[in-house]
Amino acid sequence: MEQSRSPAMSLTRSPAALDALRRQVRSLETVDQATRAVLPFGVAQIDGRLPGGGLQLGALHEVAGGADGALHGAAAARFTAGVLARADGQVLWCLRQRDLFAPSLAQVGLRPDRVIFAEAGDEAGVLASMEEGLRWPGLAGVVGEVGKLSMTASRRLQLAAEKSGQLAIAIRRWRRAAEAADLGQPTAASTRWRVSALPSTPLPVPGVGRPRWFLELLRCRAGDAFDIELEACDAKGHLRLPAPLADRPAGPDAGAGQDGRGLVAA
Amino acid sequence: MQAQARTGAASSRLEPAIETPIVMVGRVGRRRAVAHMNLAAAQAGLRIGQAIAHATALVPGLVLHDLDPLADQAALHRLALWAQKLYSPTVAVDGDDGLVIDASGCAHLFGGEEKMLIDLRARLAKAGFVAQVAIADSWGGAHALARFSRRSVFVVAPGQTGLQIADLPLAGLRLPADLVENAGKLGFDTIAELEATAKGPLARRLGMEPVRRLDQAFGRVAEPIEPVMAAQTVRARKVFAEPIGAPETMARYLTLLVDELCVALEAASLGAKRLDAWFHRVDNQIVAARLSLAKPSRDAKRMVKLLCEKLEAVDPGFGVEAIVLAAFLAEPLSYRQDEAGLGQARKASADLTGLVDTLSNRLGADHVYRLASTQSDLPERSVRKAPALDPLEAHAWPIDWPRPTRLFRHPEPIDTVALLPDAPPAAFSWRGARRRVLRADGPERVFGEWWKADGELARSRDYFQVEDEAGERFWIYRDGDGEDPQSGSQRWFMAGVFG
Repeated sequence: MEQSRSPAMSLTRSPAALDALRRQVRSLETVDQATRAVLPFGVAQIDGRLPGGGLQLGALHEVAGGADGALHGAAAARFTAGVLARADGQVLWCLRQRDLFAPSLAQVGLRPDRVIFAEAGDEAGVLASMEEGLRWPGLAGVVGEVGKLSMTASRRLQLAAEKSGQLAIAIRRWRRAAEAADLGQPTAASTRWRVSALPSTPLPVPGVGRPRWFLELLRCRAGDAFDIELEACDAKGHLRLPAPLADRPAGPDAGAGQDGRGLVAA
Repeated sequence: MQAQARTGAASSRLEPAIETPIVMVGRVGRRRAVAHMNLAAAQAGLRIGQAIAHATALVPGLVLHDLDPLADQAALHRLALWAQKLYSPTVAVDGDDGLVIDASGCAHLFGGEEKMLIDLRARLAKAGFVAQVAIADSWGGAHALARFSRRSVFVVAPGQTGLQIADLPLAGLRLPADLVENAGKLGFDTIAELEATAKGPLARRLGMEPVRRLDQAFGRVAEPIEPVMAAQTVRARKVFAEPIGAPETMARYLTLLVDELCVALEAASLGAKRLDAWFHRVDNQIVAARLSLAKPSRDAKRMVKLLCEKLEAVDPGFGVEAIVLAAFLAEPLSYRQDEAGLGQARKASADLTGLVDTLSNRLGADHVYRLASTQSDLPERSVRKAPALDPLEAHAWPIDWPRPTRLFRHPEPIDTVALLPDAPPAAFSWRGARRRVLRADGPERVFGEWWKADGELARSRDYFQVEDEAGERFWIYRDGDGEDPQSGSQRWFMAGVFG
C-alpha cells in the first residue's frame, strides 16, 4: 500500500471523497492510454512539485526563453535537449530555420546519432512534421520550434502524443519581441516552462562558470506553478541545484539521482 | 511552365585524335553518303549528304565508319534510361541524336536550371559524349536551341522561347530535309520568316507539317512526351473507358495499381526505391508524380499514403484517361525476421524508415537529415548533413570547449571596446543594445584551412565566451589574431548564443 501511494503524495492529504473523485477524473482523462509514465528531472525540488513526479510522457510541453531568449531560444533548446538526452530512443527535431548548432546538443548528452532533423520552411510545416513524428511509434520524443501555437494545433499535438506515449516539446520562439506576449495565450499543452539565463556560477578564477538558469513553470495541468534557480544541464542532461541552495554539500551530482534515467509509473 | 531540355549528343568516340576527320557512312537511296561527321571533317569542307566517293577524294586520310542506326537507337535508349534515373521521370529519345527531358519541378534539386544543364553536360562528357543542352518552354524550342544556338548550355527565361528561336534556321523545326529544301527555294531561311507568314497560304504551299511544328515550337499546342521504359521495369497500367478527375477516384485507382505493382515486385523479389506515376490527360498532356523511398519497400499501404499526398499537385485538367505506375529504381528485398524482444529493448532500434520517407517526400529529401561531425576546427564547417537513416561514425566534437546552442549562419558585426592583442572585450553593442562584459573565457584560436583555399593561409580567429550583467552568454570572435594585419580584419563578430 505504501508503495502504490507514494507517487501521488499531494493526494494523500485530501479528504477521501475528493480523492476518489480525482481518481475518477484521471481515469476518464487517460482512458485510451496504455501507460501513464513520467520522465523525472532527478531534482527533488522539481519532481516533487510536478504531478506524477516528473515530466509527463505522452503529453505536449511548451518551453520558451525569457527576455532575448524568446527570439533565439538558445536556453530553451538546451533545456529541451537535456530532457531528451535522459530519455531513451530517437528524437525528431523540427526546425524552422537552420541555426541550431549540433555540437551543443552533444554537449548535453543528446548524441548526433539520436537526432533526426526535419527542416520545414514555415510554422505550418513544423506543426505537420511534429504531428507526423508523434504518430510514429518508436521515437523518444518530438521537438518543434514554433512561434504561434493555436489551441487547435496544440490539441492535435497533445492527442497525437497521448496516443503514442511520446514526449512532445514545443520550443516557443518568435521573430519579434512584441510577439512574445503570445505565450500568455491558452494552449492544450500540459506544462509550460520558461528558461532564462542567469549569471553563471562564480569561479575562484576569472572565467565563465557553469551556466545557471531561472526555470519557471508558468502553467501545469493538475499542478501548481513555481520557479527555481538551477545550474544548467551537464554532459548527461542533468540539472542541479546551485550549491548554496541544496541542503547538502556540493557534490559532483548533487540533486541528480543515480543516473536520472528510468521511468516512474504513476 | 513546361520546361524541356534536350541534348544533342554527337556520337563520336573519343579514341581517335580530335583532328582526325571522321564521317559516318549512311545510305541515301542506293548511294553511300555522309550521314554524320566530326568537327575536323566539317572544317575540311565536307557536308552531310555528300557522296562518299566525293568526300574521300576531297579529304585524304578520311576515316569512314559504317552507320548502324539500330545500335545507335539502342544506345540512345540506354542513355535515356540513365537520364531518367538522374533527372526526371519523363525522358524520351528525340530524333536520332537527342534526348528530351521534361524538367518541370526537377531543376530545383540541382540548384537551378542552369546548374542542372551543366551537371548533365559534365556527366555526359565523362561518358564520352559531347553534348549541347538547352532548356526552353517547349520541346520544339529546346530542340532547335540545342542544335542550332552554337552554345553548349542555353537557358531560356520563361516566355522568351519564341524570341530566342526566331533567328535559327528552318532545320531546327524537326521538318523533313526535303521540306526544308523546298522552303529554302521559296525564300524561307529562318524560323522567324516562316512564323511571319500567314498560315493558310503556307499550309497550301508546304502542307500542314510546318504549321504544326511551328505551333509546337512556340508552345501553342501541347506535345506530350512518352517516357522511355526499360524492359525489366516493374510497372502497372490502367486505362479508363471514361476519363476520371475526382481526387478520390484517382486515389482509389492508385491503390489498385500500387497493389498490382507490389505483387509484381514480390514476384521479382524486389523492393521499390522510387515510384513514378504518370497521369495521361485527355488533352494529350502527361502529368508526373514521383515518390522516393529511403529504403527499398513493397509496403503497399505506405506507398499509397505517400502517393496520395502527391495527388494534390496533380492537375487532372479535363480528365485523366490512363494512369501508369512504374518502379524505376528497384532493389532486391527479401523478408527479414523481426528481433524478438520486449517493448523497451526494441525502442532504441525502432524502424524509422516510414517516418523519414513521409517527411522527406513532404519537405524535400535534403530537408530531413542528421548532423554529423567533420574534421574541421572552424565551427561552421564542423557540421555536415548526413542521410537520416545511415549509421554515423563516432563523433568528434569537443565536449569541454564552449559551443553555443545557436550559431548564426552569418556572423553579425559588433562594436567592441577591447584591449589588443588578446584580451576579451570589456563591452560590446549588438543589435542596438550595449552590453558590459562581466566574465569571459578565451581566446580559442582557430586557424584558416589553407588546404581548402589559398586565402586562408595566414588567417586566424580568436573565439571568446562572454557573459553580460544579465547572465546572457554569447560566443564572439575577432577576425585575426589582434596583431598581424595579415591574419584578418581585426573586427569583432557575434558568432552565436549559449543556452
